Amino acid sequence: MTGIESATGGFGSGGNALGRDNYLNHERGIKSWLLTRDHKRIGVMYLVVILSSFFLGGIFAELIRTKLLTPGNSALMKADTYNQMFTLHGAIMIFLFVIPGIPASLGNFVLPLMLGAKDVAFPRLNLASFYLWVGGATLALVSMVTGAVDTGWTFYTPYSTTTNTNVILMVAGVFVLGFSSIFTGLNFVVTIHKLRPAGMTWFRMPLFLWGIYGTAIIQIMATPVLGITLLLLIAERALGIGIFDPALGGDPVLFQHFFWFYSHPAVYIMILPAMGVISELVSVFSRKHIFGYTFIAMSSIAIAVLSFLVWGHHMFVAGQSTLSSMIFSFLTFMVAIPSAVKVFNWLATMYKGSIWLATPMLYVLSFLFLFGIGGLTGLFLGALAVDVHLHDTYFVVAHFHYVMFGGTVIAFLGGLHYWWPKMFGRMYSEFWGRIGALLVFVGFNTTFFTQFVMGSHGAPRRSYHYQPQFEAYHRLSTIGAYILGVGFVVIAVYLIHSLLRGRPAPANPWGGATLEWQASSPPPHDNFASTPAVGDPYDVEAWTWDGAVGGFVRRTPAEQPAGS
Amino acid sequence: MAAGTTGEGTVAGARTHRVAHHFDNAEQQFESGKLGMWIFLATEILLFGGLFCAYAVYRSNHPEVFIYAHRFLDKTLGAINTAVLICSSFTMALAVRAAQLGRRRQLVGLLGATVALAACFLGIKGLEYEKKWKEGLLWGAHFHAKLAPAPPALPQTLPPVPAAAGEERSLIPPAAIGPAGLARPGQPAVAEGPEGPPHDVQVFFAVYFLMTGLHGVHVIIGMALLSWMMVRAGRGEFSPGYLTPVDLTGLYWHLVDLIWIFLFPLLYLIR
Amino acid sequence: MRETAHAEAAAAGQTAAVGHVVPLRVLVAVWGTLLALTGLTVAAAGVDLGSYNLGVAMLIATAKATLVLLFFMHLRYDRPILAIVFVTALLFVALFVSIALLDSNAYAHQLIPGYGPALPK
Repeated sequence: MTGIESATGGFGSGGNALGRDNYLNHERGIKSWLLTRDHKRIGVMYLVVILSSFFLGGIFAELIRTKLLTPGNSALMKADTYNQMFTLHGAIMIFLFVIPGIPASLGNFVLPLMLGAKDVAFPRLNLASFYLWVGGATLALVSMVTGAVDTGWTFYTPYSTTTNTNVILMVAGVFVLGFSSIFTGLNFVVTIHKLRPAGMTWFRMPLFLWGIYGTAIIQIMATPVLGITLLLLIAERALGIGIFDPALGGDPVLFQHFFWFYSHPAVYIMILPAMGVISELVSVFSRKHIFGYTFIAMSSIAIAVLSFLVWGHHMFVAGQSTLSSMIFSFLTFMVAIPSAVKVFNWLATMYKGSIWLATPMLYVLSFLFLFGIGGLTGLFLGALAVDVHLHDTYFVVAHFHYVMFGGTVIAFLGGLHYWWPKMFGRMYSEFWGRIGALLVFVGFNTTFFTQFVMGSHGAPRRSYHYQPQFEAYHRLSTIGAYILGVGFVVIAVYLIHSLLRGRPAPANPWGGATLEWQASSPPPHDNFASTPAVGDPYDVEAWTWDGAVGGFVRRTPAEQPAGS
Repeated sequence: MAAGTTGEGTVAGARTHRVAHHFDNAEQQFESGKLGMWIFLATEILLFGGLFCAYAVYRSNHPEVFIYAHRFLDKTLGAINTAVLICSSFTMALAVRAAQLGRRRQLVGLLGATVALAACFLGIKGLEYEKKWKEGLLWGAHFHAKLAPAPPALPQTLPPVPAAAGEERSLIPPAAIGPAGLARPGQPAVAEGPEGPPHDVQVFFAVYFLMTGLHGVHVIIGMALLSWMMVRAGRGEFSPGYLTPVDLTGLYWHLVDLIWIFLFPLLYLIR
Repeated sequence: MRETAHAEAAAAGQTAAVGHVVPLRVLVAVWGTLLALTGLTVAAAGVDLGSYNLGVAMLIATAKATLVLLFFMHLRYDRPILAIVFVTALLFVALFVSIALLDSNAYAHQLIPGYGPALPK
């Protein structure tokens, strides 16, 4: 009962703990970081390495776009180098950044805090997951300098069994990264099942946790199949086992079944946590209770299950049988239902709310717009006849980026800005935050909307040369990529600046009602000074701005008993 | 894996176990470890699931290969190995029971018996592998067994593709020869000689070595875990109140047995 | 209230055995049954039942696996969530195998038997 007052007001200057004991200064020295079992520190370490991979993948993207300014040969890179570039861009962004992105960094940091727990269920396993990530990333990087892969991130056989690049090392790296992902998911599921404190029932969990839970189910059930696929690919190259290689009597279409059984659910590993982030943000920044809590929560689980039933829509023109294609096309349309349920509920949450256009909310609005386009163009590609025309064109590239970048990365940025004050105890510049969000939005649409148009005209993806008629589109797309690059530089500069010079953050700068805002900013080592009071996670209207504190406080705490 | 799930209170040599700071009590910690292990076992099922899928696809597409080639496996040795693994599972279940009852000597002995039976399994498996190696009954690129008589040679020249119909105006000229690996429509699916061995026998051995090989790797990992548990049990680290590592290793070992229970009839007892 | 209950449970956890102790009699019976079923499956493979041979073998294997799961792996005595996790994994494997099988059967007639230019002669 006394938890509310002491947690929100007991730290002076609105709950900022920078000058006191917090998880950042609880122990000192590099060793205390590298061997930490604190989920918050592991989350921060993930954030650092994941953003580094994002930077690397981004460099490759800018190089690819720069080459594509002109249709013919380029002095910048040869055709072989180009093939390696787009493969590495894809592999790094997918396996090193987007898949672990939100769950491993933001999820690790906030999951136990939102739950009201002291840590995840298996802290040592959590650290092991981090080092598995590092090991996998190292293998992938070594493969880059010893013969970078040029197969595309999908490693399709038989090309991947015949190319002379270092496929084995890259694939081994991805295999190890897969285990990192499995153990993270395992940890989260057990934490959510076993470490909920008294009063935290399933339907009092914040929707971000439902998103993470759905993600973890996919991580656990799908990733092992990727593991065996990659082991078979290694066996194919190293031993000539003959399962996927048609030259040895194997079946290359089977490889695609194996690969997509993981990799289609994997795109939901990427988008489900993003949807969870949006569910949090949309309520807080509309200053209104979330609309349709149960529907959003259950649609996360529905998406997780349905995601396993649609993998064949990647194989419509790959020799798959007509019957399977028809089944998969039908099921693909089914996935649109739970996704749309979420979008409608977010819109209904915003309806008649008092929308506060802070930086995280700008990302929410971007998400709704971009994910809407990405999701609907997915239906075009899921339709059998249309897909035959659009398959392997820039239309697919644009669709994928609208969902993965316009969806996941935008939500990641929104979540990062939202939880940044909690993670580091400092506020960033709101002005530059909005400029950054605007630049990313404009740059992104310039880059990829052009590709929709180009793709519907039949421009093939992944090609070094292209027909001169597409030159104008490619130029515009490249200009967009540069604007996007500038946007990310702006974001990086003000975020780093805020770490050093930012205004100290209050415990609750946004008026969120979930439990992490009851801890100080940054939180103490054990997360909460006293056991937090579990209430409705979306009761944001109970929190009101207090100028004296510089943040939100609970409205008349004496009259609000815990668990109301 | 088991190491990560034990929480952080394992003090070497200590007889009682400290509950890690984020758990309320020993029961919650034990239950969490168990749930974590079962989820890990689920991932193992899916890992092997990929190989079972490959097995099913190749068996249904080449049934004659599987019927022909399984005769090269030694049914007796396979049955003995199944019995050996079942016995090791039994000793493991007894070991967990001994840990629950706090019988330290018995626990160490039973873990030792389990490791010995696992080694026995690997030894028999090694004998079988050696025989296959000598006879050249190997996977894809290394299959060089003499299976007389030789299958009839493939037709080297395929009939020309008829010209595209008038109304199909494609800019791309029709291919003179279809993509490699695809049969022409109307060609019989099984072009088997009347007496000779079927085509693609190497596929069976690819599946055989993959499945038993991955299982063998799991047996080796299991032996390492069991030996480690033996050392810790000898030091007296386990008590009726704290036996999570033994219990989880046991679950893992039973899963290894479980997978073999299916591998044995699928590979050795085809009819 | 809650704290004292936990303290009691923690104290009890140090002395009483965690988990259910399976009676020795049950373990021995399961062991014997497993060995007998192994013999049965070998014997059944010697009898020609046509296409039923595979079904019989799988049925016996499933019976053996169920015994191991229920008694050796304690599922009979544990919380249902553990069984749910395990069965979910089996369902996903079944989904994967069945759709891959459905598809590969549909294009199987297009494969050329014996095609394998990289195979050793």
